[in-house]
Amino acid sequence: MLRDYLENRLKEKKILLMTHIVLGYPTFDDAYKIIESMVEAGVDLMELQIPFSEPIADGPVILQANQKSLSGGSTVSQCFEFAHKVVERFNIPFLFMSYYNILYKYGVSQFVRDAAETGIQGFIVPDLPPEEGEEYLIAAENHVTSPIFIFSPTTSDDRMKYLASHGKGFIYCVARKGVTGAGTDFSDHLNSYLKRSRQATELPLALGFGVKSKSDVDFLKGKVDIAVIGSETIRLVDREGVGAVSEFIKNLNTD
Amino acid sequence: MIDRGYYGGFGGAFLPEILVTTFDELVDYFNDVKNDPVFWREYEEVMSSYSCRPTPITYAENLTNHFNGPKIYIKREDLNHTGAHKANNVMGQGLLVKRMKKSRVIAETGAGQHGVATATMAAKFGFDCTIYMGEVDVERQRPNVFWMEQLGAEVIPVKEGTRILKDAINEAFRDWVTNMDTTHYVLGTACGPHPFPEMVSYFQSIIGKEAREQILKTEGKLPKRIYACVGGGSNAMGIFSGFFNDRDVELVGVEAGGKGLDSKMHAVRLSSEDASVGVAQGYKTFFLQNKDGQMRETHSVAAGLDYVGVSPILSDLKEKGRVRFEAATDREVIEALSLTIKKEGVIPALESSHAFARAFKEAPQMSKQDMILINQSGRGDKDIFTIADAVSDPKWKEFITKKAEKYNA
Repeated sequence: MLRDYLENRLKEKKILLMTHIVLGYPTFDDAYKIIESMVEAGVDLMELQIPFSEPIADGPVILQANQKSLSGGSTVSQCFEFAHKVVERFNIPFLFMSYYNILYKYGVSQFVRDAAETGIQGFIVPDLPPEEGEEYLIAAENHVTSPIFIFSPTTSDDRMKYLASHGKGFIYCVARKGVTGAGTDFSDHLNSYLKRSRQATELPLALGFGVKSKSDVDFLKGKVDIAVIGSETIRLVDREGVGAVSEFIKNLNTD
Repeated sequence: MIDRGYYGGFGGAFLPEILVTTFDELVDYFNDVKNDPVFWREYEEVMSSYSCRPTPITYAENLTNHFNGPKIYIKREDLNHTGAHKANNVMGQGLLVKRMKKSRVIAETGAGQHGVATATMAAKFGFDCTIYMGEVDVERQRPNVFWMEQLGAEVIPVKEGTRILKDAINEAFRDWVTNMDTTHYVLGTACGPHPFPEMVSYFQSIIGKEAREQILKTEGKLPKRIYACVGGGSNAMGIFSGFFNDRDVELVGVEAGGKGLDSKMHAVRLSSEDASVGVAQGYKTFFLQNKDGQMRETHSVAAGLDYVGVSPILSDLKEKGRVRFEAATDREVIEALSLTIKKEGVIPALESSHAFARAFKEAPQMSKQDMILINQSGRGDKDIFTIADAVSDPKWKEFITKKAEKYNA
């Protein structure tokens, strides 16, 4: 189970690292090499985003990666094949991240079942609140996999508890308002939000949106369990190529 | 989440968590005003003193004689301030924004009519205003961009995706998730997450309320058929809703057939096999999408109909058989537009001309005892560049060329 894995890892590390890639971006071969470098550099788990044409929660960097992947011809079935390959090869948990229409068109139960059989351990679907997710939640339960829900700074305490009651694995806390990839001010104003999040659930907490540097990760130590690096590695690959990933992650990952 | 707004299997609120609180607040405010008769009176008062409500119905005698069929009436939403039914929704939401004490409004726009209406409302009520518009639409609707900017709005051309209406909606959502404390998103059509389909239809229902009363007063009976164009579906919901309980009145929604169904270059969601049910932009409805669920490119000569989804309420009415959906091609639309201008001296927008085109196709088969009503959702002045190209007017080309030479000198 995802949660057990995370809790065991946390006995050895102060904070875990989750990274994110868009499948098929820049190409499936490059995506494979990026994963290889990330795992080797000590990443603890990864989000594999299945590209969607209308990613409303994503900012410009991930949006463009989605579009370029799709205009390169990426399909959902290629994403499944790719996921199968990386799950076989690398010994960390992989999650699928995508928007609900990808699951809906595939058939929600079938999507969850096929992903679980592929070895995918959880799902992040940012436009699917639990209220709309009955079939998804039942399928996740049946196939012993983790639906991961999201807290935001605007989420009330009661709603946090409600979301946590449906979530498994961990809770993904977004650091601020806005979309992925913009800057976040990592300072003490985050503390009360993270404290509220901690009080609402026993699940491990991940924090993402705007995490870019070792100092951001260091700031989060002791406050959350997982730091999420999203847009920043895509920017790095765009700028410096796949080869730059390993050093970037190793640097984030030093105690 | 307070309430999710389903119409049969369509609608819902597929929201990123960051917006749930904002939507709960909006649902609360909307429920308050819906149950407050004072609000509706205030709304009617604004619409009569600032816009041109009630807009008349016009008997199109020459068109009636031309087709030798049913009596043709036109509901004149083009006579609203800013030239389209969009004002109805925008002024309603503007009054709501005042109640919510927000200081900034944002909107998407396709044809630019909703953008102009929103910028106008923002000027009147003193709100800051940002309009998102696909780059392709900025190109084809320059006059409206000009007016939005004159009205003090910032117009942001959207360069992502297919660079039309749906992409503008995505960008508006991205702005909203960042600025919701100060900002209200004035969604322009009866789509999107709950409560937008219901709220936009509620404000647009003024069209159908008036039209029913007017036609009964003039003719002493109800029309046999009512035609409205369908992009997102707000003008159609507006006029149709006045007649939902009149089972003998057939309601006909006309979608953008573009270059024809076979060309795949169209925006036909409800009357073609190319669309299927999906979830995007926060709601469930029929979308033009591929088998993976990726949205397809759409095409229409009318920017305001060039949209990949459709009101969930209309999807439900289609399934229930209460509304019949048809498509009109770009070519049929231009012909209908020219005929209407020449015969009646009114200039429907390219969007509205879809409703005319379908009505003209059916009129010759109908009895002279019958009567039909067409919703002219907007006026066509804004389309002068597109229409001039479509009719290939040599004098216009000469004018533009000379004008360009002057700017280049």
